[in-house]
Amino acid sequence: MAGTLSIAGGGGRLGLLSVLFTRFGPPRWSQYIRRNWSGQRLVIAAPFLWLLLFFLVPFLIVFKISFAEVQIAMPPYTPLVQWAADAKQLVLSFNLNNYLFLFTDDLYASTFVYSVKVAAISTLLCLLLGFPMAYAIARSGPTLRNLYLMLIILPFWTSFLLRVYAWVGLLKTDGVINNVLLSVGLIDSPLTLLYTDFAVYIGIVYSYLPFMILPLYSNLEKHDLTLLEAAADLGARPVTAFFRITLPLAIPGVIAGSLLVFIPAVGEYVIPSLLGRSDQLMIGRVLSDEFFSNRDWPVASAVAIFMLLLLLLPIALFQRFQNRELGMRK
Amino acid sequence: MNTAHRPDASPGRHVDRSREYVRIEGVSKRFGEFVAVDNVSLSVFKGEIFCLLGGSGCGKTTLLRMLAGFESPSQGRIFIDGQDMASIPPYERPVNMMFQSYALFPHMTVWNNVAFGLEQEKLARAEIARRVDDMLGIVKLVEFASRKPHQLSGGQRQRVALARALVKQPKLLLLDEPLAALDRKLREHTQFELINLQEQLGVTFVVVTHDQEEAMTLASRVGVMNKGQIVQVGTPTEIYEYPNSTFVADFIGSVNMFEGSLLEDEPDHVRIQCDELGGVIFVNHGISSAPGARVFAAIRPEKIEISRQPPAEVRENVVTGVVREIAYMGDMSVYLVQIASGRQVRVTLPNTERHADDRISWDETVFLSWRPSSPVVLTG
Repeated sequence: MAGTLSIAGGGGRLGLLSVLFTRFGPPRWSQYIRRNWSGQRLVIAAPFLWLLLFFLVPFLIVFKISFAEVQIAMPPYTPLVQWAADAKQLVLSFNLNNYLFLFTDDLYASTFVYSVKVAAISTLLCLLLGFPMAYAIARSGPTLRNLYLMLIILPFWTSFLLRVYAWVGLLKTDGVINNVLLSVGLIDSPLTLLYTDFAVYIGIVYSYLPFMILPLYSNLEKHDLTLLEAAADLGARPVTAFFRITLPLAIPGVIAGSLLVFIPAVGEYVIPSLLGRSDQLMIGRVLSDEFFSNRDWPVASAVAIFMLLLLLLPIALFQRFQNRELGMRK
Repeated sequence: MNTAHRPDASPGRHVDRSREYVRIEGVSKRFGEFVAVDNVSLSVFKGEIFCLLGGSGCGKTTLLRMLAGFESPSQGRIFIDGQDMASIPPYERPVNMMFQSYALFPHMTVWNNVAFGLEQEKLARAEIARRVDDMLGIVKLVEFASRKPHQLSGGQRQRVALARALVKQPKLLLLDEPLAALDRKLREHTQFELINLQEQLGVTFVVVTHDQEEAMTLASRVGVMNKGQIVQVGTPTEIYEYPNSTFVADFIGSVNMFEGSLLEDEPDHVRIQCDELGGVIFVNHGISSAPGARVFAAIRPEKIEISRQPPAEVRENVVTGVVREIAYMGDMSVYLVQIASGRQVRVTLPNTERHADDRISWDETVFLSWRPSSPVVLTG
């Protein structure tokens, strides 16, 4: 008896419970709770619950709809499981036509290819512009650095939609850019800037540049500058040191920034709708058209699912590199 | 106090003073208002291990960084092997450095880290491979060649850093606190490895350290720095036994410093009236100062004898006191003895016997004495 009590003494908050358990049987749920429901787990569980409710569940609904057929009703698609009363059968119908349709109609293939192309080129442009900026910010003094970061984040204080609309005003035929160029005499007739690929690139690069710069900056800022001194000491010129030391160590930042730009850019809706060509759509636009104009929810869902599959590869890459970088820090 | 003729007490360390390899001429470095290095002139000879020793912020690292080329002197000139380094960038200097943090490239394997410097020399692949493998053999890291730095222990990283610098076969290797990140046992072991390597490869070492023990064991010569200036240069023995200022005496090891005024100054002896000690200190060598001058007598704790009975024959250099503290350090014990003036005197005694019931204990009245040759007389 005395021995049992002394064990309970070390048992902490659940001391009394463990007395009972050591006395009357093997401790099960009290230990289970203590082991598995620490505060850490609860904190992690909250965002997971959020994602489960507001991401996974809607995703499954969309996934389900992608196997349905259109019908003029509320909701505008057939249910997955139907009760055929006359045959006394529970009918589970998977309609794969929506997916097949994506491959038969050229519109979708060209939209996917065009979206990926636009996103890839925009990402590359963001990288080429963003890397020197991130590098310069990371190497500047603490006061200036904060000012620069502030300036990078400043555009977010204005609505995204407004900023894209502003580009319409700048790029249109009698817009600011053309008027300035005409009055200076650099051009004789206005350039066609709006409703071109060029305008889309400008819009995407302008809007997504901070997403490239911030992860790059946070990577570059952590670099140990004595590594560059060591490289110089071993005979490497600054350019060599950059390509052999700085750049390889910045790869996780490059990947993170690139994916943060690429993934949303593929599905970008507002920018190509406002600034882009009308003869070539991007996936985001096709998706919204299918949903709202055609009211073909099953095909729209299939497009959404297909886009997700397309993005799964870069997302998986992103995860892998992030894990690798975390591993390197240990 | 002419010490130049005395032989270097550290064995096997022959410095050829005819071959000057590094010459620092009146070099100063200012960062804004702050003077990090103040008019330092210094020569380092070929094949020696020269230690720059000083507390933090004394300018030793800045001086080292100027040798490597990471900082340029605000004033003065640096010559390496007779060549003025003023306009030579770090990547073209015949110098390699081992960084305090080791600065290993985290994304490269041990092998690639070591090969990096040779690749910059545009050597043939086979030649690079041969030299890297040889060097990894010398530092006993062959089986770790394909590991990344984060998979190594502190001691192994230190050896990679050393190998990476040495594989370039520099004439001059700069080491910034090379042993600071190692634990005590490993540090002692590595010290001797470093000395062996240095002798084996015939490289000139300039070592920066704040650890006087490290400086004493490694160095053929030590330059003690304080507030940006070199205050004394000499062999470890010279620095320890013949410090030229109270700063050096105090900085290197521990010392009992007694202030007094000069009573007699003869060529073969001096007497110092020391009120703190309540008596006269007799020193059997002369200094050149006027009688009445304010001087300091520095006596090392291990050079003071402690006894229960007054020492026979000796009449001078004896003082009585009461044992206040005893610190048992294993190999020796430190006694703090309070003398009449209230001043505490530090005395160390080697623990030569294992069972010493008869050891002097707390609150005993004891006699402290020292030989006339023991005190160092300093004027500032």
